[in-house]
Amino acid sequence: MLGPWCSPTGSPAPLSCETGCGEGTWILVCRLLVPTQVSLLSMEEDIDTRKINNSFLRDHSYATEADIISTVEFNHTGELLATGDKGGRVVIFQREQESKNQVHRRGEYNVYSTFQSHEPEFDYLKSLEIEEKINKIRWLPQQNAAYFLLSTNDKTVKLWKVSERDKRPEGYNLKDEEGRLRDPATITTLRVPVLRPMDLMVEATPRRVFANAHTYHINSISVNSDYETYMSADDLRINLWNFEITNQSFNIVDIKPANMEELTEVITAAEFHPHHCNTFVYSSSKGTIRLCDMRASALCDRHTKFFEEPEDPSNRSFFSEIISSISDVKFSHSGRYIMTRDYLTVKVWDLNMENRPIETYQVHDYLRSKLCSLYENDCIFDKFECVWNGSDSVIMTGSYNNFFRMFDRNTKRDVTLEASRENSKPRAILKPRKVCVGGKRRKDEISVDSLDFSKKILHTAWHPSENIIAVAATNNLYIFQDKVN
Amino acid sequence: MFARGLKRKCSEEEAPADPLQRQSLLDMSLVKLQLCHMLAEPNLCRSVLIANTVRQIQEEMTQDGSWCLPRPQTPGRAPRDRLVSTEILCRSARAGPPPAPDPADLASALQTVPAAQAPGVVPGGPWDRAGPGESRGGFPRSLDQVFETLENHGPGAVEELFSDVDASYYDLDAVLTGMVGGAKSGPEGLESFASAAAPPPGTGCKADLGELDHVVEILVET
Repeated sequence: MLGPWCSPTGSPAPLSCETGCGEGTWILVCRLLVPTQVSLLSMEEDIDTRKINNSFLRDHSYATEADIISTVEFNHTGELLATGDKGGRVVIFQREQESKNQVHRRGEYNVYSTFQSHEPEFDYLKSLEIEEKINKIRWLPQQNAAYFLLSTNDKTVKLWKVSERDKRPEGYNLKDEEGRLRDPATITTLRVPVLRPMDLMVEATPRRVFANAHTYHINSISVNSDYETYMSADDLRINLWNFEITNQSFNIVDIKPANMEELTEVITAAEFHPHHCNTFVYSSSKGTIRLCDMRASALCDRHTKFFEEPEDPSNRSFFSEIISSISDVKFSHSGRYIMTRDYLTVKVWDLNMENRPIETYQVHDYLRSKLCSLYENDCIFDKFECVWNGSDSVIMTGSYNNFFRMFDRNTKRDVTLEASRENSKPRAILKPRKVCVGGKRRKDEISVDSLDFSKKILHTAWHPSENIIAVAATNNLYIFQDKVN
Repeated sequence: MFARGLKRKCSEEEAPADPLQRQSLLDMSLVKLQLCHMLAEPNLCRSVLIANTVRQIQEEMTQDGSWCLPRPQTPGRAPRDRLVSTEILCRSARAGPPPAPDPADLASALQTVPAAQAPGVVPGGPWDRAGPGESRGGFPRSLDQVFETLENHGPGAVEELFSDVDASYYDLDAVLTGMVGGAKSGPEGLESFASAAAPPPGTGCKADLGELDHVVEILVET
């Protein structure tokens, strides 16, 4: 019997999987393949995962390349799950409805809608191609029957409306059933068209296009709690938009130096406070977080709070700055904490304490001695995201070798799980994984040198109220659920 | 575990401690910065982080005394050195005049200038990356020679390397997105680390920041 046991009001829900040799209780619900652009595959069809072209240059000759999932996001109820990919496509999955005869199927997600959100563009002024890759998707809270989401690539944010149509009008006077115009001379009677049921059709329409406001690459979008505005952040600037107005935005943060020679720091992520519509945070490549209050001034160049951890002199190296660069920042659901992800750790900060984080979790500290190699092959620049569970008691982030990690903030226990096709029998229980850092390797452990660094879990999402997680591994989307006994 | 075929120059240590490893890291970083402009559009965050790393290495090398900036002997020579450093950090060459960026205009083109000529495989080097197909011309020498120049520290070699680069093609904003450590580098003025010319004995290591501003002015006005 599955049901939510993770209370959104904040009572801590312990992580029920055990580390070490204990049995984990996360099970695979389903593994979803995003349909390729070349050919539509059914969900069950097994395809070869072709080697991902890891070179710097984009290479559209590999169909698989376009399917690489670049963002994952549940909507506010958890009923819908959206993914964006490198090919500019958005795929929305919907949770299977609970039915009495198939209780065990609840928790599975099926394709609900697929649409091309962004196309590759060419900037003639700069002679550069603008990637269609979807960097972020953010849902708006539902206010009517339709669903709304924001999707963005490097330059343009779009508001999409996703709505269902299950009726169509029939009985037109001037058109016949096929839509052809009738000869008016043949019309002898008038009738009122009626709505008749039809097969459910889900259509996505672009309602707004917010373009031409970013010189640099957009890395974040965040919907404000007033539901009227949102922000978009690029490497050097953050703009505030009103959903209704597409031809102007307000610049609220600008860290571009007058002389670009002096540039040493960029914005890496930004997010609005979940309840206070005047407050937002943004993180930087130097490992700092700034909290800003829009009431203070129009241009929030002066932060209200500045979060930075003093450097540990014993750990100092040429790579210290790079690994301190924050790749993701997320407010807790409560709004009391922020979580940041840098290359090796996840940190939780209390908004009332700026001088250091209250919690630090090691994601893959065994990589600390490999930083030089990771710099060489560019893995050190990988941007991992991090997520809170619904009650803010557990945090999750990805790693290499298709591993992802969960940390229980209350019990201080953590677990490493793997999203892999080898272990992906449906309803299979995930076995905790362990990386051997030295000495004798135990049977089920994997050594650091055997890790596959091309298999990285950068994007994960946690259902807002239940223990259901979505993990993106290259072009596969895994959905896991915590099985309650 | 990592990309096969890459000859690793760093040992599996947290930080290259000895000068050889440090030099190797510096070289690696320079190549990365060059390669980053082979992309359709460079990743600014990555470029900034690499450039900061380079600056850090520079600083340490200067403190060690293993790196010294030449004092410009003639005003005519100095700007070229500065230009060289910019060039090294942020390769870009492009046909066409750079527009003056208008900060007030959000839609104005920040000219991120596309890549230099593909370097080709450097014999004996650790960079076995596939040479990118794009070749937009401009940078006349191979990476091979760049390294050679840097390592040899031959006086005037760098000059020779960039002698046919046309300064007027640079849009400063775009060129410097690779972030030369400028005024904030401290008293030692480390922005032109790439000027590999050996300093004449007895000269100091300070750079003249006013010179740099002057060069900037020249470039923008061109």
